[in-house]
Amino acid sequence: MTANGWLQILFLLLAVFAVTRPLGSYIARVFSRERTWMDLIMRPVERALYRLTGVDEIHEMEWKEYALAVILFSGVSMLLLYLLERVQHWAWLPWNPQKLPAVAPALAFNTAASFTTNTNWQSYTPETTMSYLTQMAGLAYHNWISAAAGIALAIAFIRGISRREQKAIGNFWVDLVRGTLWILAPLCLIGALLLVSQGVVQNLRPYDTAELVDPYQTPTLGPDGKPANGTDGKPMMQTIRQQVIAQGPVASQEIIKELGTNGGGFFNANSAHPFENPTPFTNFLEMFAILAIPSALTYTLGKMTGSQRHGWAVWGAMAFLFLAGVTTAYWAEARGNPLLTSAAMHGPGFSGGQTNTGNMEGKEVRFGVANSALFATVTTDTSCGAVNSMHDSFTPLGGMVPLINLMLGEVIFGGVGAGMYGMLVFVILSVFIAGLMVGRTPEYLGKKIEAYDVKMAMLVILIFPLVILVFTAISVLHPFGTSAMANPGPHGFTEVLYAFTSATANNGSGFNGLSANTPWYNTSLAISMLLGRFMMVLPVLAIAGNLVRKKQVPATLGTFPVTGPLFTALLIGVVLIVGALTFFPALSLGPILEHLLMRAGKTF
Amino acid sequence: MQMKKNLVTAFLMTLVTTVLLGVLFPLAITGLAQVLFPRQANGELITRNGKLIGSSLIGQQFSSPRHFHSRPSSAGAGYDAGNSGGSNLGPTNASLVARVQGDTKRLQAENPSAAVPMDLLTSSGSGLDPHISPEAAEFQVARIAKQRGMSEDSVRKLVRSHTEFRQFAFLGEPRVNVLELNLGLDQACSVRVDCELPPQK
Repeated sequence: MTANGWLQILFLLLAVFAVTRPLGSYIARVFSRERTWMDLIMRPVERALYRLTGVDEIHEMEWKEYALAVILFSGVSMLLLYLLERVQHWAWLPWNPQKLPAVAPALAFNTAASFTTNTNWQSYTPETTMSYLTQMAGLAYHNWISAAAGIALAIAFIRGISRREQKAIGNFWVDLVRGTLWILAPLCLIGALLLVSQGVVQNLRPYDTAELVDPYQTPTLGPDGKPANGTDGKPMMQTIRQQVIAQGPVASQEIIKELGTNGGGFFNANSAHPFENPTPFTNFLEMFAILAIPSALTYTLGKMTGSQRHGWAVWGAMAFLFLAGVTTAYWAEARGNPLLTSAAMHGPGFSGGQTNTGNMEGKEVRFGVANSALFATVTTDTSCGAVNSMHDSFTPLGGMVPLINLMLGEVIFGGVGAGMYGMLVFVILSVFIAGLMVGRTPEYLGKKIEAYDVKMAMLVILIFPLVILVFTAISVLHPFGTSAMANPGPHGFTEVLYAFTSATANNGSGFNGLSANTPWYNTSLAISMLLGRFMMVLPVLAIAGNLVRKKQVPATLGTFPVTGPLFTALLIGVVLIVGALTFFPALSLGPILEHLLMRAGKTF
Repeated sequence: MQMKKNLVTAFLMTLVTTVLLGVLFPLAITGLAQVLFPRQANGELITRNGKLIGSSLIGQQFSSPRHFHSRPSSAGAGYDAGNSGGSNLGPTNASLVARVQGDTKRLQAENPSAAVPMDLLTSSGSGLDPHISPEAAEFQVARIAKQRGMSEDSVRKLVRSHTEFRQFAFLGEPRVNVLELNLGLDQACSVRVDCELPPQK
């Protein structure tokens, strides 16, 4: 670990802290329909949108109608994405310069579910599978709306807390449109141009072919992906003289991929690809964009519920868990892989053939170990899932940090919206536990928390591990599951566990060695993603719908305060105990076991 | 609940916002990018003698001993910029350990006087990493100087002029762009008498 590495980590946290208040208070104004400076441009667009789509902007919805609107919109837009993938090869459709064929049905279903649920799990290699049209109007489009829907849900939940003795929690269509036009659009416009200025490509041209400076020989690969032998039994060699350079409208997708905590790469290598993330500044900008809205929503929570100190208490818990994660990941990666560095493996007399600059397998030189560990933490604290280094090649403990972040439900800053309502479920659980300890009916910001609310909160907490562990168990017990593992030993188990955790948590990052483009994984992961999104959304909206009816009870001496360090500590405790204890057995079979075996010098 | 009304809105909203966010927005950004930053928006392509030879952002494989070598790559057959990706080998995977052992021995033979820098032994996440660390460039200086009949100091000077430092003095890591360095090397050689032109293939 270096001082400069820490400087970069703390600078990011400071920048996120600085934007929390201005952006959070702006978000609150947008959703309270107060005047903002954007009204001048966006208000006419908003009105036109409502006219075209038949939205009555005065109408307010109860939670069931709100949930219905979310599900209908997700269903319809998911269907459209599926169709677009299936017909992208039609000759009259524009922007398919590589003449890519239609996407196969199981893969198209998996991808449609993936992008609709804000997961952006990718079973495919984008540059050889998706046309520019599919990327723009299908995938990037879902980056926008799944993010806007997430913000809308968080705001609806906050309204449930802040409104008293009412029934309605807002209008989904209005929240969706305002979130898109007032918050995402202006930030994406500026961000996309900043990215282009650094070298993120933005064009619609066919892939370029460069003549290599130094053509080279390489073994010809057979259909099985292994070097093929010629008729004389010797490996066949081919000379590579050209380099095909994939292009595309990347910047416009890259910015919403980060800002909406989506994470689906335009290219297979995601934010490790130099065309998605060319410089250390774009790397900083991308991490900042991932964290900005989730962090700001804590301020929005404080502002809309009239308890700013509660907002900051939640932020404090998030920042603490963030630092704990990044410290562990950075330490583990900087320490490196002893199997690669130990001179012992070269036999006696070897004079230490390498310098240990940390575990660089799967990492880019321009980012180094610090920025790779930081990015991995940021992307899994939130529901983003973009990667600038390959998590599969992290050291066991370094790779366990992103995995644990996902298992905690991505509440450390969290996805746009999704993280906020996930954290609020933990908040409800925390005040319930505190209430039990002092022997009173728990209250949260003046609302009594009763059996119904706790039941719904527990549904959220329980469905999550149920989906992950059941699917993982099925996968590791059958050849259709185990044959997809790329790495033998405990690491293969971790690959499968990570895949289902990432899918259910709607993250989308992966231990990408897993060959997940099979009927079993495409289908089971798609189901995990859909359950992970909608089986969370329904109980969360039910809590909001129940809270919004309740009347305000004045705080008394017996009320457990939801502000200050005591509450922050309790919240951290609940998040860790619930998350960690649920998954500890699975973790000990995967990364923990692998770590011990690695220290003992064992390979597989 | 107004099922029908919301269903109609869901359809219309999907269509209208697809046009707005999925088509008009990327086209607007493409237009602005092509006007404001034409070089960056098209991939910072490099041409030599009218021929496209690569992008300064995308790494290439170099195998001739007269060129600086890039990191190992797992993108396609190596530095395939139409098929990016990492090795995804786990830390305890025997084939990773074997690969690193083999490369260590090979590089050690090439330059016995120094320890092999870690980035020359590991493949990048994208498989297209255009950079190596300054230490990895320094490790290869002696070989290049010998192969090209140049003094180590003049090679070192060239490396220094192609070394990028941390952005704004603190972001990222110091690095050397391999393709640009090799192009600089070829150019420096073409004007020097004691340095033959690279052999034609």
